Amino acid sequence: MAEEKEKKKELAPELKELLKAGFELEWRKELRRAKPVKERMKIPRRKMPQREPEERNRDFEEVNQGLPEEEAVFEAQRCLDCANPQCVLGCPVAIDIPGFIKLIEKGDFEGSTRKLKETNSLPAICGRVCPQESQCEEVCTLKKSTGVSVGIGNLERFAADFERRSGKVFMPPIAPDTGKRAAIIGAGPAGLTVAGELVKKGHRVTVFEALHISGGVLVYGIPEFRLPKAILKAEVDYLRRLGAEVKTNFVVGKTATLDDLRAQGFQVFFIGSGAGLPNWMKVPGENLVGVYSANEYLTRVNLMKAYDFPNYDTPVVRSKRAAVIGGGNVAMDSVRTALRLGAEKAMIIYRRSRHEMPAREEEVKHAEEEGIEFHFLTVPTRYIGDDKGRVKAMECLRMELGEPDASGRRRPIPVKGSEFTSEVDLVVCAIGQSPNPLIAQTTDGLKIGKWGNVEVDWQTMATSLPGVYAGGDIVRGGATVILAMGDGRIAAGEMDRYLRAL
Amino acid sequence: MAKVIHRQRLVPNIHWLELQAPEVAAKCQPGQFVIVMPDERGERIPLTIADWDAERGTVSMVFMCVGTSTHKLSLLNPGDEIPVFVGPLGRPSEIKNFGTVICAGGCFGIAAIHPIARALKAAGNRVVTLLDVKANYLLYWEDKLRAVSDSLHVSARDEFFDCKDYIPRKLELLLEEEKDASLVVAIGCTYLMYRCSQATKPKGVKTTVSLNPIMVDGTGMCGACRVTVGGQTKFACVDGPDFDGHQVDWDELFARRKSYFEDEIRSLCAWEKEVYP
Repeated sequence: MAEEKEKKKELAPELKELLKAGFELEWRKELRRAKPVKERMKIPRRKMPQREPEERNRDFEEVNQGLPEEEAVFEAQRCLDCANPQCVLGCPVAIDIPGFIKLIEKGDFEGSTRKLKETNSLPAICGRVCPQESQCEEVCTLKKSTGVSVGIGNLERFAADFERRSGKVFMPPIAPDTGKRAAIIGAGPAGLTVAGELVKKGHRVTVFEALHISGGVLVYGIPEFRLPKAILKAEVDYLRRLGAEVKTNFVVGKTATLDDLRAQGFQVFFIGSGAGLPNWMKVPGENLVGVYSANEYLTRVNLMKAYDFPNYDTPVVRSKRAAVIGGGNVAMDSVRTALRLGAEKAMIIYRRSRHEMPAREEEVKHAEEEGIEFHFLTVPTRYIGDDKGRVKAMECLRMELGEPDASGRRRPIPVKGSEFTSEVDLVVCAIGQSPNPLIAQTTDGLKIGKWGNVEVDWQTMATSLPGVYAGGDIVRGGATVILAMGDGRIAAGEMDRYLRAL
Repeated sequence: MAKVIHRQRLVPNIHWLELQAPEVAAKCQPGQFVIVMPDERGERIPLTIADWDAERGTVSMVFMCVGTSTHKLSLLNPGDEIPVFVGPLGRPSEIKNFGTVICAGGCFGIAAIHPIARALKAAGNRVVTLLDVKANYLLYWEDKLRAVSDSLHVSARDEFFDCKDYIPRKLELLLEEEKDASLVVAIGCTYLMYRCSQATKPKGVKTTVSLNPIMVDGTGMCGACRVTVGGQTKFACVDGPDFDGHQVDWDELFARRKSYFEDEIRSLCAWEKEVYP
């Protein structure tokens, strides 16, 4: 997808100052003195409590249960409070990680959330769905010396959950009303981040959402068992209380174009409309009944609550033998959903090997524990239907790995004569999404890249149109929640400057 | 939330619903549709826009009671609110001076074809309208359509109208009479559109149909509504709903429309038990 400019591996000077000031705080020094590094290194990483696989694989309740207070404090003690914390560099939004962790160690859980929220408006969500193992935890100093990083994500989740459960949600100070109006298109992770930042700076913010519930991929894509919807609702309510207006059932590009909104008095825009266009393999039989895009399958189950059919009116195919094509997080979500909806056999069909799978290790592990079958180096070539046009089988081909391709992963090559047929009554195609074209089609002068992505200047997230910014999957294709939020933070800063200069 | 302004049973099983939705009303064009969800537990379903009034800020749809969603909609009263009303979606119908156009509609399509006939008439076309009903008491909006048509015909299965055959036969006869007809627009159930397309194919008269596959979001995000047209997969919600009826893979569309046939019956039974215990 879009080529991102190599991220600077240096922290901004102001941020360095802030981190240093935190490091020098008297209580932080005391904590460091009270427990020497050697002792901290001996504490084993606290395990995230999980529901048993055979209990959880038939319902939609959350799998991870969160660290209890005592365990969280233990885990926080593992953090060495480095003078030069690498984890902050590994975080796309540069959270003051030692800062919030040491507040947990100190027992100031509310302060910890406040610290998190200085840079991350959605910590309860990031603590659950961020790929920490390849970001902050990957570069953790403790990992370098002991092999096991601090459970940064688990701690982030702990702090955010503590605040939400306490009911005492901290309201940040709001700058005086500037009277300037910002339109945010799409209430997903990018848009919600921008909205939160701009409203704190005193601007009048309206978020336009096409669906009837805010959250974007967090609500239609990520299942309840990974991210309970109540958490998302709390975050959106919080934004509303801060003063942002959220208009659902409003499709920018249809209900009103960006130019219409400009005519209505909006002065700055953020396009965060996401990767709402499913990719297909374009193999025969893909339009048979029972073959879904992951977007549709997950939307039916998550947004429309098809798992509770007929209490809810939206149906979804209940499968006995389900095949999910793909090896990313969306594929894991889909296959685990199929299992929970009663599939006796739920399979991942992936064209490369386990090593190349883009899904998070935790998701793969959870899937394996729950009894998901993995078929690596396999690719479907055709779906076969019954006399009613319903999928009843798929024809597959075995692959072997050849030379590395442009992505650095070894390219799968078909093995001649390896065709085989497998019975399936559900196929979910989870091979990625492309940017949704609705806004591109209806906004004159907006520069679009060759993949349909909105083109931006990566330093500012500005598009080719003045006062129009973009971020998240609409510029990246299918990426992650935290990258979308990182884009949102950069864009919000620029949008604030833009509005103030008007 | 969209507020119900008016809801009326036009003929047995077919209802007219008018909602307050100023933003949608300001943008409506002929051939577009809306996505509607009747209550918090409902399903999102597409309905073709039958009329709108930008000044009053209202949008009208006409629908036939089939499944749970449409039954729920048929019980709405003025002042009630529905949680989802989003649009206008889809590409507008192509409106220009084609010369003579035959507008064929049946069932809810009688209303759905109305704004298209009106716009085609305004664009200078000779508009020949053909409506199909099973019996005379199922005909509605005849006056509204007559007002935007140069001539109006009805095919019905009883003796009250000039043709007792199903719509394709009358369409064939009309094509004989209207030698200049360069376009047929057909809207109604999938079967009606399929049969109309078949009827016009031998004469090679371009036939536009407004497809109504199952949808979820209606903005191109999910692909539930994919149809094969001219050998290519299209999303009816963003690439349509209008397509060339001679190019549509009808067998696939029929099968996909029936994806949840048994579930729909289950859902309706469950709902009826709840509402009429």
